Amino acid sequence: MRTWVFFLICVAVGAVVFALARLIQNDYVFYAGYVVLQFIVLATAWNILGGYTGYVNFGSAAFFAAGAYTSVFFHKFYPLPIPVLIVLGAIVSGLIGLGMGYLTLRLRGAFFAIATLALAVVLQTLIVNWNYVGGARGAYVIRPESVPLIGNYINYLFLIMLALAVIAITIARAIERSQLGYGFATIRDDELAAEASGVPTLKLKLVATTLSGALMGMAGAPFPYYIGYLQPASAFALDYAVNSIAMPMIGGTSSWIGPLIGAILVATLQQWATVSISSELSLLIVGLLLVAFVIIAPNGIVGLVQDRLRRGKAK
Amino acid sequence: MAEPLLHVAGLSKRFGGFVALENIDFAVAEGERVGLIGPNGSGKSTLVNCICGTLTNETGSVRFNGETVDGLITHERTRRGLARSFQLPRPFVTLTVAQNLRVPLLYTVNARPGPSLSAADIDVRCAELLRLVALDGKADKYPRDLTQVEMRKLELARAMAAEPKLLLADEAMAGLSQSEVDDIVGLLIRLNERGITIVLIEHIMRAVMKFSQRLVVLVSGRKIADGKPDAVIRDPEVEKAYLGQ
Amino acid sequence: MIISADLLINALVAGLLLGCFYAAVTVGISISFGILDIVNIAHPAFIILGSYIAYIVNTRLGIDPIVVSIVMLPVFYALGALVYQVYYESFERRGREALSGLAFFFGVLFVTEVVLIIVFGVDYRYVEASYIGPTLRFGFVDLPLRMLVPCVAALILFAALQLFLTRTFMGRAIMAVAQDQLALQLMAASPTRIKRMAFAISIATCSVAGALLIIIQPIEPSVGREYIGRVFAICVLGGLGSLPGTLIAAILLGVMESLTATFSGPSWAPAVSFGFLLLTLAFRPMGLFGR
Repeated sequence: MRTWVFFLICVAVGAVVFALARLIQNDYVFYAGYVVLQFIVLATAWNILGGYTGYVNFGSAAFFAAGAYTSVFFHKFYPLPIPVLIVLGAIVSGLIGLGMGYLTLRLRGAFFAIATLALAVVLQTLIVNWNYVGGARGAYVIRPESVPLIGNYINYLFLIMLALAVIAITIARAIERSQLGYGFATIRDDELAAEASGVPTLKLKLVATTLSGALMGMAGAPFPYYIGYLQPASAFALDYAVNSIAMPMIGGTSSWIGPLIGAILVATLQQWATVSISSELSLLIVGLLLVAFVIIAPNGIVGLVQDRLRRGKAK
Repeated sequence: MAEPLLHVAGLSKRFGGFVALENIDFAVAEGERVGLIGPNGSGKSTLVNCICGTLTNETGSVRFNGETVDGLITHERTRRGLARSFQLPRPFVTLTVAQNLRVPLLYTVNARPGPSLSAADIDVRCAELLRLVALDGKADKYPRDLTQVEMRKLELARAMAAEPKLLLADEAMAGLSQSEVDDIVGLLIRLNERGITIVLIEHIMRAVMKFSQRLVVLVSGRKIADGKPDAVIRDPEVEKAYLGQ
Repeated sequence: MIISADLLINALVAGLLLGCFYAAVTVGISISFGILDIVNIAHPAFIILGSYIAYIVNTRLGIDPIVVSIVMLPVFYALGALVYQVYYESFERRGREALSGLAFFFGVLFVTEVVLIIVFGVDYRYVEASYIGPTLRFGFVDLPLRMLVPCVAALILFAALQLFLTRTFMGRAIMAVAQDQLALQLMAASPTRIKRMAFAISIATCSVAGALLIIIQPIEPSVGREYIGRVFAICVLGGLGSLPGTLIAAILLGVMESLTATFSGPSWAPAVSFGFLLLTLAFRPMGLFGR
C-alpha cells in the first residue's frame, strides 16, 4: 500500500473517530482521548529511535517539555495559533535531539541512554530557574473559549492531536518501508557490520534522534493549552519517560502498529485505573507490565501475534 | 610501475601499553591474491580493522586506489571499494538473507557517483549474488535458519555486494570441513578472476597455499616474511614462529 | 561579589564530606557497570530501599541506621543475586541486553519508586541517631557529625571493597571476569557465578549507602532519581572499573555541587552532576583515569 493511500485511510479513520466523539457529547471523552492520542505520538516517536534504531531514550520528558515550554515562551511574547506552535516546538525539540545526538551518539548505546536521563534533569533545572516561563511557580496559559468552525476548544485540541497521531504513524510506516528503515535496522542489528556495508551510521542515528525529538516536541506543543497551568513537575513528569518506553515495548517495537496498540491499551488502562483506583496504582501497573513484557514477551503484543500466526502456518 | 592498489606504510597500533602492530609495511597490487597468516594474537584482525577504519592506527598511513584514506570512517572506505568480511559472521539478524545483500547495494553501490541502481536492478544483483554463493534457495530465510557454512557464505556475499575493488576476507573458513573449505577457496578464486583483488587472512594452510600468489606472515605484531608461498613457508623464521608456538 | 574565605572553606569541607558519601553510593555501580558492564540504572532504587528499611527499624526499634544496614547486608546480597539471575536468564543469555536490559532496569526503578510512594507517601522521612545534630567546630570550620559519620563509614566501605577486589581470590576473579571470560572458564571457575556474586555485592553496598543517605538528608521516594545522574557521572568521570578513580571523581563532584549550592543556590545543584555527565560523555568518555 502506497504511503499516501495509507495516509488518506488514516485521515478517514480519524474523521470517523472525531465524528463519533462529537456524537457522544461528553467533554470527558475529549479530555481522555487527547491523552491517549498524545501517547500514540510519543510512543511512535520513541520507537523510531528505540525500536527501529536500537537506541533507548530515557528522557522523552525533556523533548516533550521542550515543545510545551516553547509554546509558553511564545505565548508570553505574542499568542500564536497552535499549528504554528507545533512547528516551532518540533524545531526546538528536533534541534535538542540533534545536539544531544551529536554529543553522545559516537559512544555506545548504553552511554546514550544515560545521557538522555541527564538531559531531562538538566533541562528541568534550567526551566525551573527561568522566570520568564514561570520557573518553579509555573505559567498560566489562558485558552480561548471557542474556535471558529469547530466550536468547543477541547474539541479543537482533540482534533489537533488526532492529526498529529495520523502524521506520526504515517511517517513511521513510511520509514519502515524505505531505504532509511533498512539503514536503521542494520544499526540496531549490528552497527559494525552496517558501517562495513556502507551505511553512514552516525548520520542516520542523528536523523533518528532529530526526528524522534521533533515528533515529541510536536506532541508537547499543545499541552499548555490543554492543561491551562504548566509547572515543570507536570511537564517533566516521570510517567512520560516510562510510558514512552512501556507502550512500544508492550505493543511491539518492530513496526508502527506496536506503539499504536501499546499506546491505546496502556493509556486507556491508565485512564480507567486513575479514575477507579488511584493514579499511583495506575503507574504501578504500567511499570509492572513493562517489566513483565520485557522478560516474558520482549517482542510485545505484535510479536506474540506474529508467533501465533507463524505457528499456525507451520501446521 | 603502477602504484599498488593497497599500500600500508609504517602502521602501528597500541592498546594502552600493549603493542598490537609495529611498523607494518604491506602492499597489494591490483588483481593479486595475497594470503596473510600468523599465529593467534599476531595482529591479523587488528591490521584488517586498521585498514578498514574500524580502529585508528597511531602511526603510519593507508593508501587505497591512489588516495590516502587515513581519517576516513569505515563506510567511506567501503564506498571507495575497500570491503571486508568478519571473522565471526555478523549478519543482520532481523533481515532476510536477500535483504542482507540489499543493504550494501543500497548504501554502497548506489552511494557511488554515477547512475543509481533501480529497484529491479537491485533485485537482479541480489539474485546473482545468491546464485554465486549457492544460497538462492534461502533468499527469504533468516540468518538464524542458516548453517555455519551458509552464514560464512552470506558474510562473503554481503562483502561482495558492495562491489569492492579489494576484499579482505578475515578467517572465512574457520571450523569448516575440507570440502567446505575447498568450496570457499574455489569461490574466492572465481571472484578474483572477475577482477577483485583479495587478501585472505587464514589459519588453514591448505587453503592459503592453494589460494595465494604471495604470502605475508605476521608474528607478534611484526611482519616477518613477504614473498612467494613456497619460499615463505620454508623460511626458518617462519618455521620457528609456528613451531615455537 | 566578594567570596568570604570561611564560606568558601566551609563549602569545600562540606563538598569533601559529601563527596566521600557519593563514593559509597557509586561504588556499587563501579562494580556492576564499570566491571560487569551491566547498566543497572535501578541502583538508586535499591539505595532508597535501604534508606526506608533503616527508617522503619530506626523508628520502631530505635536501632542505629548503620547497624541496621549491616544486619541487612545478607538480605540485599540475596536480592542482588536474584535480580542478576533474572537479568542473566532473560537478557544476557539471549543477547538482548541492549534494549530490553535497559528497559528492565528502568522498569524496576520506576516500580520501586511507585511502591514506596504507595506505602510511605511523599512526605519526607528521617532517622534519629545521637550524631545527627551536633557539629564539631574547628575555628570557623564546621564539621556536622551527620555528614562526618557517613563520610567515615563510606571510606571504610570503600577501603574494604578495594581490598577485597585486589587482595582476595574471589575479588581478583571478579576483576578478571571483566577482562577475559574464556581464561576464567579454563581455570574451571564459572563466569556466571562470579558475575552473580559481583552484582550481589554491588546491591549489598546499597544497604549501607541507603543508611548513610538517610542520615545525611531526609528522604522521599523520588530522591533516587536525582542520584542516577550523580552515580553515572562519577563512574564515567572516574573511569570505568577504577575504584580509586571513582573516589576522586566523587569528591570532585561533591565539591562542585557544594560550591554551586553555596554560591549560586541549591536549585542549580542537580544540573551540576548531570551537566558534568553530559560534558564527560561528550568530551572524555574514558574518564580521568580510565583503562
